[in-house]
Amino acid sequence: MRFNRASKALVLSAALALTLSACGGGDETASPEGGGDASKVISANTTEPENGLLPANTNEVGGGRVMDLIFTGLVSYDVKGAAVNELAESITSSDSTTYTIKIKADQKFSNGEAITAKSFVDAWNFGAAAKNAQKNSYFFESIKGYDKVSAEGATTDTMEGLKVVDDSSFTVTLAQAESDFPLRLGYTAFYPLPEAAFKDPAAFGQNPVGNGPYKVAEGGWQHNVSIKLVPNESYDGPRKAANAGIDFKVYNTYDAAYQDLLANNLDVIDLIPPSSLANYQTDLGDRWVNQPYAGNATLTLPSYLKEYQGEAGQLRRQAISMSIDREQIIEKIFFGGKQIAKDFTSPVLDGYSDSIPGNEVLTFNPEKAKELWAQADAMDPWPAGKVFTVTSNIDGAGNKEYIEAMTNQISNTLGIKAELNAVPTFKEMRTLVSAKKLTGGSRAGWQADYPSLYNFLGPLYGTGAGSNDGDYSSAALDKKLKEGLSATSVEEGNKIFNEAQEILLKDLPVVPLWYQAVQGGWSENVANVEFGWNGVPLYYAITGK
Amino acid sequence: MIPVFFGATLLVYFLVFATPGDPIAALSGGKPMAPAVEAALRAQYNLDQPFWIQYLLYLKSLVTFDLGTTFSGQPVADVIGRAFPVTARLAVMALAIEAVFGIAFGVFAGLRKGKAFDSTVLILSLLVIAVPTFVLGFVLQFVVGVKLGWAKPTVGAGAPWGDLILPALVLGLVSFAYVLRLTRTSIIENKNADYVRTATAKGLSRRRVVTVHILRNSLIPVVTFLGADLGGLMGGAIVTEGIFNVPGIGLLLFNAILKGETPTVVAVVSVLVLVFVIANLIVDMLYAWLDPRIRYV
Repeated sequence: MRFNRASKALVLSAALALTLSACGGGDETASPEGGGDASKVISANTTEPENGLLPANTNEVGGGRVMDLIFTGLVSYDVKGAAVNELAESITSSDSTTYTIKIKADQKFSNGEAITAKSFVDAWNFGAAAKNAQKNSYFFESIKGYDKVSAEGATTDTMEGLKVVDDSSFTVTLAQAESDFPLRLGYTAFYPLPEAAFKDPAAFGQNPVGNGPYKVAEGGWQHNVSIKLVPNESYDGPRKAANAGIDFKVYNTYDAAYQDLLANNLDVIDLIPPSSLANYQTDLGDRWVNQPYAGNATLTLPSYLKEYQGEAGQLRRQAISMSIDREQIIEKIFFGGKQIAKDFTSPVLDGYSDSIPGNEVLTFNPEKAKELWAQADAMDPWPAGKVFTVTSNIDGAGNKEYIEAMTNQISNTLGIKAELNAVPTFKEMRTLVSAKKLTGGSRAGWQADYPSLYNFLGPLYGTGAGSNDGDYSSAALDKKLKEGLSATSVEEGNKIFNEAQEILLKDLPVVPLWYQAVQGGWSENVANVEFGWNGVPLYYAITGK
Repeated sequence: MIPVFFGATLLVYFLVFATPGDPIAALSGGKPMAPAVEAALRAQYNLDQPFWIQYLLYLKSLVTFDLGTTFSGQPVADVIGRAFPVTARLAVMALAIEAVFGIAFGVFAGLRKGKAFDSTVLILSLLVIAVPTFVLGFVLQFVVGVKLGWAKPTVGAGAPWGDLILPALVLGLVSFAYVLRLTRTSIIENKNADYVRTATAKGLSRRRVVTVHILRNSLIPVVTFLGADLGGLMGGAIVTEGIFNVPGIGLLLFNAILKGETPTVVAVVSVLVLVFVIANLIVDMLYAWLDPRIRYV
């Protein structure tokens, strides 16, 4: 997940989003043929990348948006999130376990070095090896041999599942069948690296050499101030630059960036600050967008707490879900936007369904909620005076307000005491969550790494999965997930994943709240602005007016 | 000086150490991190050691002028080296604004005590003191930067002097009101003093009486205030730096505290301690120049 500390407060209006994606001026492929001035340098907001720019070490939005422009992988995602081949000539498999990947001929890094099968295999081995301490290393966990290279004190640093066949092809053997593996290959962690990266990774991270539509300008990264990108002439793919470069300006607050946008001192902003959500549409005329992206917000009710275990626990979770009036919160706190969650994934994904059986548990129904809560109490009484808490960090804007509203609703419906358990910083919140020390519910959410239903399910609800913060475990779900992964096509897999969601809707290890949406805007000086499936602007397609 | 330094670094190091939460847990951003990766990062920042070892290791590298690295792998010295000049420029501009205008208005108000000018200035300065900095900042940013377009709403790359005028104004305004009031009171006290009457009786020009005899003697409390304020402007400009997106020391410190980045916090605080010490030294020297009697005591 690309994460962002300033947790996003967002608005969605489906009808407006439709009108607006048309307003962007560009057609769906966001090609530069949409017209506009290609000689303009576009300025955009960012945050300082938290690491040197290495693919397997970039796990936050500030570095991620730069990486995705200066590198390109085997596939990239179009505006709708569909994977299209970039460097890959073909990715084939007969059993979803062994993949044969052919690379397009004559592809080069911006320093002239040829991109071969070895560029990928070496980069992935580098990313997975424990000694390199790359934060995204777990992305390679599906590959056979990952467990050996990632162990502490590992003696080997090459995964047995990766084999170079010749210069233009290699094979990947996974530890088990995973049908959505090809979809992942557009994610940052899977980019290739030139030789120089392995000699001195730290220096390379400061002056990365990539193969994407842009490259970092000479001395272009001024820490905490700006990152300047210029078009990479040797890039020839679907994301060719339609402008003369991008100046990313580092902002510490979105409020400052928004003021710059109003003064036309900044061309694109990827998030409207909460303080301006009420008025950005009038401020910006027709220069804004409001559309869903692949992310959601949930409320985790940890399975390791006694009150959420067994049959009584299940009833309690359902009762809590039904006592939240999502519509009211969306309207009053997020200014009439966002989209009520109807499942555990996101509506921008292929295979999404808003009518999975059992999803009525996500609808506000105070009568039913009271009834279920009473049933649960009959089995295992809620201790008198026990307070239902929702833990959240409050350094990100917007969290406090909606959680207080939500706990009030729960309190009013169920007649128990409910309140926000405020934690000052993100750091403390993560410590509590990963140490499994929560004493009640906690704010959670997911932002997709790559556009796939499985990405919203496996890492979060599989038994022992890395982001299964609530320690949920269900043999039936594990079985379904495995079945979905070994499906021979993505479509068939999606069908099974939606069946898996039926199990989740009964168990509610987390209570889905709403789908995230991106609110962005642009200045009077640019045109052809579109936002992608992950809520990030398609910077390469933006032109001057 | 040496014990002060060790005391300060130890205290700050301990305070950051004692803040709840695990910085490494936050680095993963809520995603799983391979245990080996986590262990390697912990070892890299000595976070796997007990407090005393951590602190001693920090001191050890300090002796070799190594201030440590940030979580993003940059040397702390470089990070401070980039932020410090920006904040210094901002602070000097703010100080200049408050000193020049504060003293000038204070002198005129003091000399015309009880007149219309004096009352107006007093009321206006009260207003400035009452309005919080962030309100002043947002209003000026919106009106001057966005609506009128006279200045950029935020500070651009390289933080040129021109871009810093607006934030410096906001930063200087509150202290300006204090400087004005201090000067005014001091002038009122001194203008009826015997030596002023003597000077006037000697037939000195009004200008000379005011500038040399009244003002110079009235400046001691003002200079004390300005000296202390310089330190405050350097370290306490978090709000203003945030509003105008100034890549300075204040924001650096704030973000480092949030992340639990001990080396950065300790180094920045040490630099600020130095600034305070030097500012106080300058103030002491100014006392002697302003009032030669101090030299003979």
